[in-house]
Amino acid sequence: MARITASVYTSHVPAIGAALDLGKDREPYWQPVFAGYEYSKQWMKDNKPDVICLVYNDHATAFSLDMIPTFAIGTAPAFPVADEGWGPRPVPPVIGHPELAAHIAQSVIQQDFDLTIVNKMPVDHGLTVPLSLMCGQPPADAFQWPCPVIPFAVNVVQYPVPSGQRCFKLGQAIRKAVESFDQDLNVHIWGTGGMSHQLQGPRAGLINREWDNAWLDQMIADPAACAQVPHIDYVREAGSEGIELVMWLIARGAMADVAGGKAPLVKHRFYHVPASNTAVGHLILQEV
Amino acid sequence: MALDKPYLDVPGTTIFDAEQSRKGYHLNQFCVSLMRPENRARFKQNERAYLDEWPMSEEQKLAVMARDLNRCMALGGNIYFLARIGATDGLSFQQMAGSMTGMTEAEYRDMMLHGGRSIEGNRFVGEDGDAQPQHQPQGRAGQKVQA
Repeated sequence: MARITASVYTSHVPAIGAALDLGKDREPYWQPVFAGYEYSKQWMKDNKPDVICLVYNDHATAFSLDMIPTFAIGTAPAFPVADEGWGPRPVPPVIGHPELAAHIAQSVIQQDFDLTIVNKMPVDHGLTVPLSLMCGQPPADAFQWPCPVIPFAVNVVQYPVPSGQRCFKLGQAIRKAVESFDQDLNVHIWGTGGMSHQLQGPRAGLINREWDNAWLDQMIADPAACAQVPHIDYVREAGSEGIELVMWLIARGAMADVAGGKAPLVKHRFYHVPASNTAVGHLILQEV
Repeated sequence: MALDKPYLDVPGTTIFDAEQSRKGYHLNQFCVSLMRPENRARFKQNERAYLDEWPMSEEQKLAVMARDLNRCMALGGNIYFLARIGATDGLSFQQMAGSMTGMTEAEYRDMMLHGGRSIEGNRFVGEDGDAQPQHQPQGRAGQKVQA
């Protein structure tokens, strides 16, 4: 039986990817950001999953205004790295897990979630920056990510986006789906994006350290209550792009304690301001 | 019956909802076209001619040519789409975001290094924070434009 053994949460700021790709990670501006992931890279080596179900949002890359699905699951064998206008990031293509992805799609749709099944999709910084942060940059002589990844894209670009509550329930549905897969697989679920940031208008640059950390406390200790936080609170308190945090609730909803099991261990927690326009948040929860 | 839009009283903020998306469809799709290098080259060579290939409003075209991202947003643009214009110009996301505040690049970067913009006074329209309409533009870049 496949099982979810951990959930990982991290911001996916594009400038972090650019800093890594341009070799700026030792510069004083970036050093504190990457220092926050040193533990995580070792933890990834020590707790290597067979598959990562990576929840992220597409940033007008694969999905233009012609069509934006609310929830989309990538079922392809591989996903190319997108050119977002600056050229593609020099990172490996993402290898998928079509069998598990198709299984999750079937199960989750039968649990009343409308997933769009995607067989062709470039993946942008929303997906590749978390991989870079957690795995480091793959060297030229072993140019691949450590395991297959199932991209799970959530619309947080075109409002209204799914509510925290709906994301939390979707995570629970994904857990059931994974546990009904016959193959013995160690699965991670990652929730990405956030924390507080606003990229637009005269309020651009908003950061709310206090709100971010209170939200994190609640998401860890009482996720059901955290899932009740309405959209407007994210927009008002964490900035228009802070709404990305609803994606973290998908990963949190997939943990055992939500299904009546034991609470996960907090293996690592990190928070830093700024990375470009954004407050960086990061968390690792491991099942006991 | 009126829709529930509780975000309209957040100062200095445009939420890209279904109504904005409808208004900005062609503007945003023009931005998508800039993801191809050959289109970026054609746009840079003659912006007006390239924009005229799109069924955008005159206001939208002028806002793009002026690189007035606040105006683009008001006319239905979305920041992730508009970012393709910035990429074509060789700008970072921080430069683009900063350009909407009236601050210089250095002023905006400095604000971020000092913990970012404070939430205090910036939750509701009618308060007195730096993102409120009565405090625009915020920095030296904006003052230059006004003078």
